Amino acid sequence: MDISQLEPVNECLWRISPTGKMRAPVLIFADRELVQAMDDKVAEQAANVTTLPGIVGACYVMPDAHWGYGFPIGGVAAFDPDRGGVISAGGVGFDISCGVRTLGTGLKRDAIEPVKQTLAEALFSTIPAGVGSRGQISLSEPEMDAMLAGGAKWAVEQGYGRPEDLERIEEKGVMAGAVPSEVSAKARKRQRREMGTLGSGNHYLEVQVISDIYSPEKARVLGLDLDDVVVTIHCGSRGLGHQIGTEYLKKMQKAAQEAGIELPDRELACAPLNSAVGQSYLGAMRAAINCALANRQIITHLVRKVFADLFPEANLALIYDVSHNTCKLESHGFDGKERQVYVHRKGATRAFGPGHPALPEVFREIGQPVIIGGSMGTASYILTGAPESEKLSLSSACHGAGRRMSRRQASKTWQGKTLISELEHQGVIVRSPSFRGVAEEAPEAYKDVDAVVRVADKAGLASLVVKMRPLVCIKG
Amino acid sequence: MSKQGRWEHFEHMADIGVRGIGETPEEAFAQTALAMTAVICDPALINPQEKVTVEIAREDDDLDGLLVDFLNAVIYEMAVRQMLFSRFQVSIDDHRLKAECWGEPVDREKHQPAVEVKGATYTELKVARTEEGQWVAQCVLDV
Repeated sequence: MDISQLEPVNECLWRISPTGKMRAPVLIFADRELVQAMDDKVAEQAANVTTLPGIVGACYVMPDAHWGYGFPIGGVAAFDPDRGGVISAGGVGFDISCGVRTLGTGLKRDAIEPVKQTLAEALFSTIPAGVGSRGQISLSEPEMDAMLAGGAKWAVEQGYGRPEDLERIEEKGVMAGAVPSEVSAKARKRQRREMGTLGSGNHYLEVQVISDIYSPEKARVLGLDLDDVVVTIHCGSRGLGHQIGTEYLKKMQKAAQEAGIELPDRELACAPLNSAVGQSYLGAMRAAINCALANRQIITHLVRKVFADLFPEANLALIYDVSHNTCKLESHGFDGKERQVYVHRKGATRAFGPGHPALPEVFREIGQPVIIGGSMGTASYILTGAPESEKLSLSSACHGAGRRMSRRQASKTWQGKTLISELEHQGVIVRSPSFRGVAEEAPEAYKDVDAVVRVADKAGLASLVVKMRPLVCIKG
Repeated sequence: MSKQGRWEHFEHMADIGVRGIGETPEEAFAQTALAMTAVICDPALINPQEKVTVEIAREDDDLDGLLVDFLNAVIYEMAVRQMLFSRFQVSIDDHRLKAECWGEPVDREKHQPAVEVKGATYTELKVARTEEGQWVAQCVLDV
């Protein structure tokens, strides 16, 4: 990105003041190196977001941001329904409530190392991953309705998990306000064979080891210590979410036109929150959030089964589950006044600071865990929401490494087979149905996740707690 | 399908762009769908043995929107039927599109599918005639 167009605020924050049709500024959280490496399109897309009606605060851009469609990936923006605010399907994305959850195992690295291959094979054969895979669960229409209304809570009631898991999931595992009847027959049909599947692309399941601890006190609250083995799952609402995204992107083209909203980019299609289309999308999107929560809960159940067979002493307790493609109604302070606003986080994680009332008791003092997934073979991190994040970014932080190279370029640069053997040499077992899929997800096709989390920490968005290194990676 | 039709991919940081080029809008649309298949796997590996028909009617004459609708309809058929398509025959009549999509069920061993397509986006969306008189149809896919 050409930094001459940006006003430096401090070493981790850059600002674009409103000009022309912009209704609010753009705030980019990145150090000089990260901001220079960002595509110019990020600034352009963030500026476009600020032209939408009812925006409050700013369009906040996270350190891992890259060129998306409509919103940049790593973009956060809030809209006030009482000031003509809008909701945008593109501001949530196709993969509604895509997110990450991390489970403890109660095992140390030396218990896993000798049986890593067996564990990789067992996970790969148990958790459906990639194109053409099918879940074992097929839901009837009433069951689908119950799942869309009940999320992870529904899954636990069906025997996929433990009641105590729910405390460790945003919204306690159930997104309120979901309206299953707003989910089309097509979206339901697309989900029929996809419950409990990982998907493909950047979705994965990893067995990881805690390699570094930055805050021993917070790590203790999370129940984590050096050399502990954890399992991290990254996936979303599968076909159901994709179909809802597709349908509302189209409906909102018309809705925006009817509401007289001028769109700088068709992908920014939106509807006023106080409109029939806006409300119907909210109901459907919340149902899709529940679908994603149920999906990750079912995968958790499958992972627990695999571990129970191989390690009877293991205890896979959920540490936390975060979503990074959402729009949620939250209370935030603007000019000294609390307002109820709809916060879009597209490729950004909610990062409530210590003391936030929405946090479960166990995390009240340390803040919300923020799980950052790295690229295949690199590190992942757990941070916690920083006290300043509320003022800085409406309590938002980054979500991952962020791409720096396109899939096309990556698949031309690397060979999946070679990458797998190189990673194996480094101690990471990769299993995937597709070599090309692996090449497209090459570690170096992504930004340096270490730099991204360092900046998130330094900027005051979230504080570093632990680093995880992969041992086994199942790619969709 | 005429022999001049061709497809290509173009760069997008997070995802991938698909472009179809042909003598007519129909041919450009068919080639774009083929480019979409090529995002998932090598189209040459797919035997066009089974036909699925998709039909779309729009209220307006937005050809760009029709391309997105068409690709999303193919994505939907791929998802619910768990099929891949390697031959497309498209006809467009006013605001209506009808496409015959030929393919076969996904075979993970045979097709080695790399990635699933989530949806067609309005990003870099364009259906237009070039100065040379060819039709180009393109957009970015979310994968």
